Amino acid sequence: MSGIRLLVGTRKGAFVLTSDGKRKQWDVSGPHFAGWEMYHLKGSPVEPNRIYASQTSSWFGQIIQRSDDGGKTWCQPGTPPGEPTTTPDGSPKGESNKFVYDTSPETGKPLTTHQHYDGTQRPWEFKRVWHLEPSLTDPDTVYAGVEDAALFRSTDAGQTWQELAGLRDVKGNLWQPGAGGMCLHTIMLDRNNPQRIYVAISAAGVFRTDDAGKTWRAVNRGLKSQYELPDPDAEVGHCVHRIAMHPSRPNVLFMQKHWDVMRSDDGGGSWHEVSGNLPTDFGFPIDVHAHEPETIYVVPIKSDSEHFVPDGKLRVYRSRTGGNEWEALTNGLPQRDCYVNVLRDAMTVDSLDPCGLYVGTTGGQVYASANAGDSWEPIVRDLPAVLSVEVQTL
Amino acid sequence: MIRVVLPAHLRTLARVGGEVTLHVEGPVTQRSVLEALETRYPMLRGTIRDHVTLKRRAFVRFFACEQDLSHESPDAPLPDVVATGAEPLLIVGAMAGG
Repeated sequence: MSGIRLLVGTRKGAFVLTSDGKRKQWDVSGPHFAGWEMYHLKGSPVEPNRIYASQTSSWFGQIIQRSDDGGKTWCQPGTPPGEPTTTPDGSPKGESNKFVYDTSPETGKPLTTHQHYDGTQRPWEFKRVWHLEPSLTDPDTVYAGVEDAALFRSTDAGQTWQELAGLRDVKGNLWQPGAGGMCLHTIMLDRNNPQRIYVAISAAGVFRTDDAGKTWRAVNRGLKSQYELPDPDAEVGHCVHRIAMHPSRPNVLFMQKHWDVMRSDDGGGSWHEVSGNLPTDFGFPIDVHAHEPETIYVVPIKSDSEHFVPDGKLRVYRSRTGGNEWEALTNGLPQRDCYVNVLRDAMTVDSLDPCGLYVGTTGGQVYASANAGDSWEPIVRDLPAVLSVEVQTL
Repeated sequence: MIRVVLPAHLRTLARVGGEVTLHVEGPVTQRSVLEALETRYPMLRGTIRDHVTLKRRAFVRFFACEQDLSHESPDAPLPDVVATGAEPLLIVGAMAGG
């Protein structure tokens, strides 16, 4: 029997929820790192017991944690407990929370400035890790999307981090923070092409590399931000909330933008809108069914000024046609007096058959569907606000 | 020996219980105490002061002898009673309620 492990990051700690393949009975462990904001946890696809976690605090900054036993025990990768704190030659061991923008002449870029809320230019300043994306092939390699927006990579299991600084070359001076900060929040690796990576940044847009991170280009043609940008068709500056793809069709991308649900059939070369009959096309998460590349899910919320679901009803919307035609999935979800949000990393799909779907809310509920969204049950109802949900099919 | 009291979250990271005691060479200042602390507990690097600029993080405060020393120069001598170990240096998470 297969098993499921959900990694839930919340405003006040992390939780690990486990079940067998039936996905009916769940064990809950946690809080891990109680009191800290756990932006994201994600396991290695090639070594599932290896899990990376972003632990952060307005007081004490960024910590990276790693588990090598499926979330039972954790360590800061640079300084495992009980080991000497220096290398044999006396140098300090890796500092796993050291994210320093690369300004070296060999590989880096001058640390220029980006736009701030008030229109002034501000230098890049590291704040936190929003998203961790383990490599598809090497358990020691993991990418980190950070605020202020940049992409870092570790090839020593999270001990040390190097920026892929070429990304900031793509009109970085025009990037600007959204209300949540200027964050690189989505990292998509292409299983069919190890040289290709997509990232998405609020508020800058989608960027693609075809040389494993050395050089980048903006892939935002077709996005329109009429009320957010002076030039609605600008090359960069769009507030992309999340992107998703099915591994079998890496050129087909789906996007939940600030407003608009979008689709690209050419690896981001051009986008077109597929919002169709959604009640509102504002939202944060978007994901693709594990076995049906044209079945996609979003969770619309009312608007940019009212970050909760419309009409007091939590509805996940499903399109079986790759967009445009959407159906509301409501069975088992609250349909009155509900005013939660589902954040960008708080929806995920497992790879069992039928496909399982999970959403975590800002109200602290995690809902599970074991039948691709047809019906739902709460796993937990009273966690702190959920920031992220990732699933491992074991 | 210098006595340092850490906030709860940093005690958890450093895997220590109560106060920590540190041997500090030379003048006892914020900088020398933090260097001794981070050498002994490298997992605390970046949590009290920035990795690169070494500036105190905005929501961290340094108290001793019922005084807020947060805005003192990092190279200013700490009070004698801290240097002698009679009183601890308190590293505190600032109030940020709402």
